[in-house]
Amino acid sequence: MFFAKPSKLRRKGILGMNKRNVSYIAKYNPRSLYPLVDNKLKTKLVAETAKVSTPRLLHTIEYQHEIKQLGDVVNQYDGFVIKPSQGSGGKGILVITERNAEGFFKPSGETLTLSDIKRHVSNILSGLHSLGGKPDVAMIEALVQFDPVFDRYSYEGVPDIRVIVFKGFPVMAMLRLSTHESDGKANLHQGAVGVGLNLADGKALCAVQSNRPVDEHPDTGSHFETLQVPHWDKILHLASSCYDMTRLGYLGADIVLDQQLGPLLLELNARPGLAIQVANNTGLEPRLKHIETMKKHGFSVDQRVQYSQQQFGIL
Amino acid sequence: MSSRAQVYLLSFIFIFIGIGLTIYKNSELEFPLLPGERKAIWTVEAKIEFKATDKPVTVSFALPHNPPEMGILDEDFTASGYGFGWDSNQQERRAQWAKRKAKGKQVLFYKVQVFQQSGISQVEADIPPTETKVPDLSPSLKTTISQLVTYVYNRSADNTTFATELIRLINDKEPIEDVQLLLGNQGLSKTRLALNALALANVPARVARGLRLEDGRRNQKLTTLIEIFDTDHWVFLNPKTGQKGLPDNFILWQRGGSSLLDVEGGENSKVSFSIIKNSQPAKSFAILHGAENQAALVDFSIYSLPIEQQNVFKSILLVPIGAIVVVLMRILVGVKTSGTFMPILIAIAFIETTLFTGLIIFLVIVSIGLFIRSYLSRLNLLLVARISAVVIVVISIMAGMSILSHKLGISEAMSVTFFPMIILAWTIERMSILWEEEGPKEVFTQGGGSLLVATLAYLLMTNQYVEHLTFNFPELLLALLGCIILLGQYTGYRLTELRRFQPLAED
Repeated sequence: MFFAKPSKLRRKGILGMNKRNVSYIAKYNPRSLYPLVDNKLKTKLVAETAKVSTPRLLHTIEYQHEIKQLGDVVNQYDGFVIKPSQGSGGKGILVITERNAEGFFKPSGETLTLSDIKRHVSNILSGLHSLGGKPDVAMIEALVQFDPVFDRYSYEGVPDIRVIVFKGFPVMAMLRLSTHESDGKANLHQGAVGVGLNLADGKALCAVQSNRPVDEHPDTGSHFETLQVPHWDKILHLASSCYDMTRLGYLGADIVLDQQLGPLLLELNARPGLAIQVANNTGLEPRLKHIETMKKHGFSVDQRVQYSQQQFGIL
Repeated sequence: MSSRAQVYLLSFIFIFIGIGLTIYKNSELEFPLLPGERKAIWTVEAKIEFKATDKPVTVSFALPHNPPEMGILDEDFTASGYGFGWDSNQQERRAQWAKRKAKGKQVLFYKVQVFQQSGISQVEADIPPTETKVPDLSPSLKTTISQLVTYVYNRSADNTTFATELIRLINDKEPIEDVQLLLGNQGLSKTRLALNALALANVPARVARGLRLEDGRRNQKLTTLIEIFDTDHWVFLNPKTGQKGLPDNFILWQRGGSSLLDVEGGENSKVSFSIIKNSQPAKSFAILHGAENQAALVDFSIYSLPIEQQNVFKSILLVPIGAIVVVLMRILVGVKTSGTFMPILIAIAFIETTLFTGLIIFLVIVSIGLFIRSYLSRLNLLLVARISAVVIVVISIMAGMSILSHKLGISEAMSVTFFPMIILAWTIERMSILWEEEGPKEVFTQGGGSLLVATLAYLLMTNQYVEHLTFNFPELLLALLGCIILLGQYTGYRLTELRRFQPLAED
């Protein structure tokens, strides 16, 4: 059948876009808190005070004339990431993994010159990637040294872990792996692989690519069966504490694993997508409802993580 | 009250008011719910011509006053250089034009729009006549007419039968001797003879003038009728046929009164009438009629604006229709578009260009634009400068298309100018970036989605029923607002999600 019956989806507790917007985002995310997550620079500052680890901020560029000094800045580092502070959906993020005399290398192997990078920064400042074309600030961040645990599952890109946190409780998680098809991007609708993760232990539950279940990474051929995300408790802890840091009731935390630094918060999203349900082959709604009906608890971050692991984990 | 209850209350109030006003306007003010209902409206133009004699000129002209079975919609007085006023010296309604000095041929116009109004037979109260004046006649003529009067008197019962018998005799093919004598030798007109006879018989009578309404007639003259007073009301009689009552499609122009036209300071004056019947949409009739009766809904409405502004509103009022298409397609179907309301702007452009031409023009401009934009992206330009460059490129493409199509004789492509160029430039820019970041597939999804929504909006916005309803019942916007507010609360699945989450529904 081409279309699913709405009643069947409802029975499975699949959260739809309209319901997400009306019943969760509009209800639990006060508009005044948005700048905190929409502006990555602000997120970083708040994270610092809340002792939530994030990739190190190397430099910020606010004005076009500062672009002249960009060469001096980037030449200090071999790898770095340039991103607009108000970009959304991963737009305008430029990752440089290597630098030599010839130029700068993207993860895909594409070479860029310094002027390419300067243009990118200039576009960011003009507001090309920001909502509504507002002038923006470019952030230069330290490149994350990815934990080699994902090497077998990643192709040309950045694997990250998305955790949906509702009222401070982690409710669902997935691992996003870029593929050749997704052109190194971790967006599921572009062909990245989404791996549903067991909240209890971070083990892979199932994986999908373009809505179809897959058993192995299409490019590397590694099976997901044995995949288990390390530092799992720390990851959930990190995600859960984002609630205390932003007070946003419904949010998505994107976390990466650094080889040395462990889990780092990459960015927060006040309107996280619904693809996570497909990756987990489970609906979000029963879990959200469960949290919603809980009485005032006064749980600490640890207690919330533990509660979620017991409630939503599969043992 | 919870926000959900407020939403329901608010939207139902809006829907109720919107639909309620619409029903009121339809039933009370007779605004047609469907386009195309028509009502006959006669436009009568009186043309007054005379030769001015280089002296101060005063023209006094009798106007229709509450004509029976007819309603007056609109009047218009045109006379360049003349001052206009009402000549209120007399009982009847008269227009007065005046000018200090005039020479040569003068033409004045009076235009009136009338419509048939059934049910109202006699608007003017039946005032009994003032004392009848016995006309000044030569003794011989008086004697002859008196004989005729006596003859007719004996053959009648009351004023009406007297008058009809008199007229019958006057119009007889082989008239009796007295009548023959009066019409032939004395040179009296039939009407004059009848009036004189009526006066001698002490039957109150007067002349009434009116116009037969026939479509496309020019240089019409007024028809003269005789009115006689019978006990308590006036009776119309045709002096040529003796027919009682008013003819069909007849507007009574003047009752009683002395002359139709008085010109001081001019000679050779003449009045002629032209008549056009145009069946006007029942709607414009209702507007005119409503404005006349000062119905607040009509008086304080878009119709009170100048025609030019009305036309602007005609298209502005269609925007909410486009908006609801966008809302439905986004919330119920889940179509991705590039820019939330861009499809409405494209649809508005389509209205000017027609759908097929519009689609082609849009695709051509955007593809050429994308191609040129991809080159511009290599030139390292600042964003605002780059978009400005794209704007100029878009304008050049538009100019090029117009000129080329003009030379080739394809007039359709010239309507390209109706596309909002800044919007097109932004669309090109956004799609170009989408292409770079998410690949061509996403560009086609969003571009196609935009065009699909725009096409649907176009089809709805150009639907004659929709157009008619939005413009004539703008209060329906409230109902639409209510629906949109309700839709804003919809938490069900989108159609595309039924597809997207279809694998999850499988067991």
